[in-house]
Amino acid sequence: MNKIKCECGHVNPEGTVLCEACGKPIEENQHIDGNNQKRLLNMRYEGSSRRSLTYNKSIIDKIWRFFSSVKVGVWLIVIALVASTLGTIFPQAIYIPENAASRDPAIYYEDQFGIFGKVYYQLGLYDLYSSWWYMILIALIGISLVICSIDRFVPLRRALKMQKPKRHETFLNRQRLYSVSTNISHEDRHHLKKMLKKLRYRVRNEDGHILAEKGRFSRWGPYVNHIGLIIILIASIFRMSPFLYMEDYVWTREGEQKVIPGTSGEYYIENKEFIIEMYDEDDERFKDAIARMGGRAEKNFQSNVVVYKNTDVSVPGAEPKLEKVKEGQIELNHPLKFDGYALYQSGFQENEFSNMSFKLYETNDPDQKAIENFTVDLASPETEYKFDNGLRVVIDKYYPNYYLDEDYGEPRSESNDPWNPAFVFKVYSPDNESPEISFAGIGRNIDPTGENQYKLGITDFETHDVSGLSVRRDYTLPLFGLGALIFMVGVVQGMYWQHRRIWVHPKGEGILLAAHTNKNWFGIKKDIERMIAGTNLQMVVDQQTTKKNNEIKEDNDE
Amino acid sequence: MSNLLTLSSTMLYTAFAFYSFATIMFGVTLTDKNKQKKIGISGMIAVSLTIIGLFAQLTYFVTRWIAAGHAPVSNMFEFMTSLGMGIVIAFIIIYFIYRLNILGLFALPVALILIAYASMFPTELSPLQPSLQSPWLYIHITTVALSQGILGISFVAGLIYLIKQIDQNKRNKGNMWLEIVLFSLIVCIGFISSTTTFNALDYQAEFEYPSGESILTAEYNLPAIAAPKDSVLITEGVQDALFEAPGWLQGSNAAKKFNTLLWSLIVGLILYGFLRLLLRKRIGAAIQPLLKNINADLVDEVTYRAVAIGFPLFTLGALIFASIWAQIAWDRFWGWDPKEVWALVTWFFYAAFLHLRLSRGWHGEKSSWLAVGGFAIIMFNLIVVNLVIAGLHSYA
Repeated sequence: MNKIKCECGHVNPEGTVLCEACGKPIEENQHIDGNNQKRLLNMRYEGSSRRSLTYNKSIIDKIWRFFSSVKVGVWLIVIALVASTLGTIFPQAIYIPENAASRDPAIYYEDQFGIFGKVYYQLGLYDLYSSWWYMILIALIGISLVICSIDRFVPLRRALKMQKPKRHETFLNRQRLYSVSTNISHEDRHHLKKMLKKLRYRVRNEDGHILAEKGRFSRWGPYVNHIGLIIILIASIFRMSPFLYMEDYVWTREGEQKVIPGTSGEYYIENKEFIIEMYDEDDERFKDAIARMGGRAEKNFQSNVVVYKNTDVSVPGAEPKLEKVKEGQIELNHPLKFDGYALYQSGFQENEFSNMSFKLYETNDPDQKAIENFTVDLASPETEYKFDNGLRVVIDKYYPNYYLDEDYGEPRSESNDPWNPAFVFKVYSPDNESPEISFAGIGRNIDPTGENQYKLGITDFETHDVSGLSVRRDYTLPLFGLGALIFMVGVVQGMYWQHRRIWVHPKGEGILLAAHTNKNWFGIKKDIERMIAGTNLQMVVDQQTTKKNNEIKEDNDE
Repeated sequence: MSNLLTLSSTMLYTAFAFYSFATIMFGVTLTDKNKQKKIGISGMIAVSLTIIGLFAQLTYFVTRWIAAGHAPVSNMFEFMTSLGMGIVIAFIIIYFIYRLNILGLFALPVALILIAYASMFPTELSPLQPSLQSPWLYIHITTVALSQGILGISFVAGLIYLIKQIDQNKRNKGNMWLEIVLFSLIVCIGFISSTTTFNALDYQAEFEYPSGESILTAEYNLPAIAAPKDSVLITEGVQDALFEAPGWLQGSNAAKKFNTLLWSLIVGLILYGFLRLLLRKRIGAAIQPLLKNINADLVDEVTYRAVAIGFPLFTLGALIFASIWAQIAWDRFWGWDPKEVWALVTWFFYAAFLHLRLSRGWHGEKSSWLAVGGFAIIMFNLIVVNLVIAGLHSYA
């Protein structure tokens, strides 16, 4: 390390641009911050020695240098910005509408958006935000955040700690705000000091040289908010672990009790009732809007549930011993929470069939008088229904959600949900050896042979609602909250306060006055106006506007 | 109850009138002989009118809240008026820091356009859908409206800076883009005037068009320039469309929105052409001399200061409060819904703005362009994402 000793006696680390103590420009290092004799001093990082600008030999130096550049950081932000917008051109795969003809991305995008959709799918933009390259982009931003912050924070902190009230004259006259006043009385000097204190500056004095400073803590704002962002990024990495974050979904019928998925069989849920409430369409206030919305406006979706805990999970397959943990209602905006889990109202199915009752009658009976009645539980139908008179009905095929496959001319079931149940029954009678086959469903009663002696007809059915509940357990939330809080503290600290400094440098009978702020020059000028009012001191001149050649070189940051 | 609602809408009109008077008075301040720092009598009057207007609008807000039983920020009409109010509040705050009359001359018209644009959407009270029934509705939305209002002031200041500073001697990239920005403001006026006119005439035309298996009906309130693809006009006694909208416009009612856009552009172009004929120069060039006494550095400072104040507030309202609510309502704090993505894009954009300004010295013109761009993104998120890209936030 080649330490640099300034004429004021302070020893600076290698690569220092402005002496940490007195601010005198260190001749051989001025190029680093792009300073030259004619320009104002670049005060961005106090002319401190930054690793990225000092060392450039090893590969680590080069990587460090790359990521510590704000230019690179901004480019990464811009790339992430543009990339993010791409994902909103068409809906992401998770938002493909329920009623789409096909929810398979391979089909949906081309089907819906033509050639653009096809390209969108082929480029993988349908799942952009969890793609490897998007994640790498965010990770690079994270690395840039860390390196940028360390590279600047450490030397900046050192420089601000080392600064002395007594500054080199060059340091003052190359500040943006500067004035020279001659013949300043003792009273004026005293008044100046008093005013600085009154304006709540922290005043330090050294041989008559004054450094008045306030709001230094706002310089740490950017580093604090970057820490907040890093915590958020770390939290999102933690969230990939199933121990810390679990998501699942459960459909539960009214009256049904079942295990909650994702809880390792530990918790059970019972759905007592699902409720939809509507707004009153005659409500004075809302009737126009409701009419415009087609006469239907939902007010509430609610599941009334009981959560149980299985106190005996030790034996797999054993009958669970359930103990009530919580009873309550789940509504939108009101999840039910228990033991670290949360249940959210997130879907429903109204009027699913619970059971269906049939009668058996003779085909040639005009009154269709029932010979026998039976009821099929649609959640778990029995295969055979025997009657005392020797008749026997066997369920040969059960289609819970029946449709006719046009391509094959065959009946099929779209899903296992009993939304449109249909059956193929076999009716065995003592008189006949081979069974009669009939097909029965809602609005259908088909006798394929046309020679059946018996017919089956639906007499009644019962329905229930089904609640769709999402199950979550997320231990990373406090970490995200902490990150967000720290970010807010940092960004407010950095944005709503400024670091202002005023230097008073006695020179003979007169005074040199210089001032610097990291932002809000308008504000510091007002401070100085108030401070010198009624004295012989000259108002500082904004040297950036007076000397056009003083424009801060824009790419001196590298 | 209906009395309260009548009072509420009267108050909105009152606010609109006061903002308009205030704009005129801010225009008068340009003729003041005094140097910029003094507000002057006309400035005092102008800002007083603005404050009275704000009180009227706050009365609208509170009475509508009471009438509906929920904060009036739940649909496009209500949000856009709140955003207009956000801009006015932000303007008043910044005005009392910097005492810049010229800001009012530009900020209030932006607020006026927003409020007028808002009233093109259905204005009746609407019931709150279950997902919106939460105190987070007003916590989240009012913070967003205020922060976007403040960022709107940075747009206004950026625009003033550009109009003042951009070289208008001969055509160049800068003054062309500036004309485009000004033209887009005129298109908004085109939208408002064509919609208002045909609403007053009670114009209506219905088209039937196929969509997949089913036949849908589109109700046009502006004469159809572009009808839905493969549609049939079913209203009698109205002019049929000139042509059909392209088939790749897929969203709900896309053809109708496309038609409205065409109308706005055409009326906007007519207005713009008329202005150009009248002024015989670029609009930017025509306004420029009015700004000769303005301190450009101070305006530039306002641009930046507004972002510095608005950015933390935007983060809080549009990302943090939004996430907390999303976690409660939708079981996830972040879900890459288009509106969420565009809020993130806005945030990225202003983060880049701040880094470029603080670390790379982007001042003046560059930073003003960024301020204009940032507000364009906010408007895109509000208008295009809500109305064109379907998502969880499509409430209008």
